Amino acid sequence: MHEAVKPARTFVLNAALKDAEMLIQARNLSVRIGKVPILNGIDLHAERGEILTVIGPNGSGKSTLLRTLIGALKPSGGQIIRSPGLSIGYVPQRLHVDETLPMTVKRFLQLPHRVSSAAMQAAMDNAGVPGLLGQQLISLSGGQLQRVLLARALLDKPGLLLLDEPTQGLDRRGTAEFYRHIDTTRKALNCAVIMVSHDLQVVMRQSERVICLNGHICCEGKPEVVSNSAEYRNLFGFEDDEDTLAVYSHRGHNQAPDALQEAV
Amino acid sequence: MLDDFLVRAALAGVGVSLAAAPLGCFIVWRRMAYFGDATAHAAMLGVALSLTLSTPIFAGVLLISLLMAVTVSTLSGRGYAMDTLLGVMAHSALAVGLVAVSFLSGVRIDLMAYLFGDILAVGKTDLAIIWGGALLVLVMVGYRWSALLLSTLNPDLAMASGISPRREQLVLTIALAIVVAVAIKVVGVLLIAAMLIIPAASARRFSRTPEVMALMAAIIGACANVAGLSFSYHFDSPTGPTIVCVVAVLFIALNTIQLISQRLSARLTSIRQD
Repeated sequence: MHEAVKPARTFVLNAALKDAEMLIQARNLSVRIGKVPILNGIDLHAERGEILTVIGPNGSGKSTLLRTLIGALKPSGGQIIRSPGLSIGYVPQRLHVDETLPMTVKRFLQLPHRVSSAAMQAAMDNAGVPGLLGQQLISLSGGQLQRVLLARALLDKPGLLLLDEPTQGLDRRGTAEFYRHIDTTRKALNCAVIMVSHDLQVVMRQSERVICLNGHICCEGKPEVVSNSAEYRNLFGFEDDEDTLAVYSHRGHNQAPDALQEAV
Repeated sequence: MLDDFLVRAALAGVGVSLAAAPLGCFIVWRRMAYFGDATAHAAMLGVALSLTLSTPIFAGVLLISLLMAVTVSTLSGRGYAMDTLLGVMAHSALAVGLVAVSFLSGVRIDLMAYLFGDILAVGKTDLAIIWGGALLVLVMVGYRWSALLLSTLNPDLAMASGISPRREQLVLTIALAIVVAVAIKVVGVLLIAAMLIIPAASARRFSRTPEVMALMAAIIGACANVAGLSFSYHFDSPTGPTIVCVVAVLFIALNTIQLISQRLSARLTSIRQD
């Protein structure tokens, strides 16, 4: 089972995004914040229509990775290649709105450029928060704000959607709806999704590929492959906890059949 | 009409208010109140420089303000807290400026005019400079408005939309330096920050969108200028400080009105919050 896991460093990349399906690619990416190395030797790519999930313990650099991919942080080494004209939708882990800044949801959706009322309404309906357009951002609950952020991220029909623990502040039903919406969107837009998640069960159900991060890529592959790998189990402290793993594979009904085969 | 010094003063004050309003909003939103203060204090060094080199005050102040603003922008986030850095630079520049002015022999300098402004002495050239600077600032901020707003709200969201928050900060900083340079004649080095911050802060509670807040700040600032000027004329009080006093009274009055109406509709609010 373990040998099925790709050791991260040996992952071979093709030359500059020859593949039309390839949207973004990181090569041997290293990031420091101040003098502290956060990420080291990261190789990853995302293709049109796939969901790539990044998991890892606290402080493993998950948010740093996403922030580097959107260009908010400069890599200290390696490079990021985007397909030309790639539009990115980004949902941050949380949005702190200063209380001195008056901002309705409607105005927020139109940053940085104008959007038609119909498009805004549709995006809000799809995100499950139809009645909030006139509300102030600071008056929204955490869950409402996450949905508004998603609605905004989808307005431009992005080619790549980056989600940083997007279900924080959502209840269980809300979380399920949220992921269902992501899945529908991915199919409708044929976009790639890279998301950081703590919901391991959801990860198992939804992702094509999982990257297990801890400063470097510990392991990657199909969800079942990763969850059975020694690296993953070490990282999350599952060494002797076969029950936990049993729960995951038990709940993993919705996976594609071929994924299941490989896992078994 | 422009021959009347009161008309010139009023026009100068209104011009500064218009440019200061949107900038003041950004200063409030980005919590950089001290930044405006620091840039203004550093302007004193610009005054000294201009007097030494016999260039127009406006040029020297603009140069030093720009230098200060860009330096602070660049240095921030490199091991020093922003407010520490500003404290060091602003007060050093103010002190050096004051000392330098004292060494200028043969020139009798009315220091008060630079510290608190001399709006009644605004000439036609000053007026042209003030309105030119104000319009330039309005065009800059207007042109970058959405990008500035998104960068202010969240730099990461801006980056994801292809906007560079650092560049937007630079635009803001340069605009701020221009406002300081044109406002020094009107309210002086020590009170410029008041003209930036207080109208914006007064407008906050009555605004639902950033645009409304900027517009209201402009109206509040312009009204305070005209009212302050007329008070100062009638009571023979120093004009710059009088204008700031009026803005401060407006701030208190508007907030009190808001507080009372909030109490009255407390019920509605509690329902909304549920």
